[in-house]
Amino acid sequence: MPDADDTRFTNAQVRHLASLVRIELTDSEVEEFRSELASILFHIDALSEIDTTGVPPTNNGADLLNVQDDDASVPAMEREQILANAPQREDEYFRVHAVLDQS
Amino acid sequence: MTTSIDSDLLTITLAEGRQRLLNGEVTSQQLTKTFLDRIAETDDDIRAFVTVTAESALEQAAEADTLLSSGDATAPLTGLPIGLKDVLMTRGVRTTAGSRMLDSLVPPYDATVVSRLREAGAISLGKLNMDEFAMGSSTEHSAWFPTANPWDHERVPGGSSGGSAAAVAARQCIATLGSDTGGSIRQPASFCGVVGLKPTYGRVSRYGLIAFASSLDQIGPFTSTVEDATLLLQAIAGPDPLDSTCYDEPLPDFSERLDRGIDGLRVAAPKEFFGDGMDEDVSAAVEKALDLLAANGAIIDRTPSMPSVPMALPVYYILAPSECSANLARFDGVKYGYGARGGESMWADMEATRQHGFGREVKRRILLGAYALSAGYYDAYYLQAQKVRTLIRREFDRVFAKHDVIVAPTAPTVAFRQGEITDPYQMYLNDIYTIPANIAGLPAISVPGGFGEGGMPVGLQFVGQRLNETTLLGVANAYEQLTQWPTFPPGIVGST
Repeated sequence: MPDADDTRFTNAQVRHLASLVRIELTDSEVEEFRSELASILFHIDALSEIDTTGVPPTNNGADLLNVQDDDASVPAMEREQILANAPQREDEYFRVHAVLDQS
Repeated sequence: MTTSIDSDLLTITLAEGRQRLLNGEVTSQQLTKTFLDRIAETDDDIRAFVTVTAESALEQAAEADTLLSSGDATAPLTGLPIGLKDVLMTRGVRTTAGSRMLDSLVPPYDATVVSRLREAGAISLGKLNMDEFAMGSSTEHSAWFPTANPWDHERVPGGSSGGSAAAVAARQCIATLGSDTGGSIRQPASFCGVVGLKPTYGRVSRYGLIAFASSLDQIGPFTSTVEDATLLLQAIAGPDPLDSTCYDEPLPDFSERLDRGIDGLRVAAPKEFFGDGMDEDVSAAVEKALDLLAANGAIIDRTPSMPSVPMALPVYYILAPSECSANLARFDGVKYGYGARGGESMWADMEATRQHGFGREVKRRILLGAYALSAGYYDAYYLQAQKVRTLIRREFDRVFAKHDVIVAPTAPTVAFRQGEITDPYQMYLNDIYTIPANIAGLPAISVPGGFGEGGMPVGLQFVGQRLNETTLLGVANAYEQLTQWPTFPPGIVGST
């Protein structure tokens, strides 16, 4: 079996992908993922050889269409139970770093 | 060591337990205590449990005994102890999905399957170990610890529902629930020598299942008999207003064909399920199973060809990572779970949260999914995978136009050793025979099919027609009755 092309990704490309999905990576992680992603995609490339002209895509394993509920109110979960799982809270709010740049 | 363990009770099935409870031969408290003691004695070695809920289990058992003694135990699983994969939300009980990200999550609600099991009277003994966010085939990717295979502690139990499979094989629970996205119920069932059922996509509500790949995920049972799998499916299946991907159809009686036998049954054995990478011991066991089915009246047809089936694995490794990269975007360190703080911005906190909260396998799949979905690659990868998915579904439809079930090995090998597989793609190859059923949304079951290398169990897989679990369970039960392979390692019966 031929080997995967280890130069398929650059470290910069892996860093770009990581920034899209908001994951910080260490230098060694970038290097490992660069090589592993190339190796996995190498095995996936066979997909491109399948003739799918005129074939519609399948979105899920069932043949389900949209389902609509009655427009009725139902009890919601307790606010306190939900907030109890917050990493950081203040009163009845989730607390995070300032989102907008104040400068 | 003194022990209260009654080994007779340890090997009980749900069906037998139901009878013995109704007959007053045993109480739910005795049964629950027996399994809790068994967990205490064995779980330092097996490590199937992330959380044991002994106190609430004993309380529920006492309530069950009140119902039983007053003749009000109409619920079909009253007083029977079971376990739950730690990917199912349990109100008030820590739920981690095997991830540091959810180290401290205590859900405010129950998954629908959890509330249905409670309504059916079952008693939960706790939460079972798994690969992080159900991504893996060995349970070595749990953030907490690996789980051992009860047949050989040096080996993996399979995954991602490794804890659920090991707990049944080690007789720590009578039965358990797991989830299956690409084989995560059937492959560990195969490795641990128990029964594992993935129902039709849309048969069981996923409300409260921590999502991995939403077009593929399905919840199902691990048991020691097909009859027990039928009982659990009956309890958890059916429409749910909280899950719009659930079929809105009345449930059949899934036990209807359990005793039908296999005379005249049309069984397809497409060659694509018997291809490269299968070990000889697995191949030998499966061939023996085919001979046995044929000798008992089944018509085995080896001529069907499903040329797109080998593409199921590449399709899966586009679709599942793509869906997971979207599903796992919710873990942002704001509303629940782990949240890093102290960075210089909200984004820095979020990126640090996801760096430290996710393990390597999860990060790799999120990155892969982001790549497959990104501008310029979407058509070549994601859309192409969805089209090939259509081709695979059509091939299944063609085979099922003339056959009742498909038979195949569950996994290409018996359980491998801890640490033996380090290359990600080699690990993914474990699921080559299980993934096609997920891609097509079909029900499939793994049943014990003999033994291979090192005396390890081999799983036999049957794939059924959409929404026809009834036939699938009938075939699996017939095979089980013909073989009666042991579903737990030697030494449990009569051991103290």
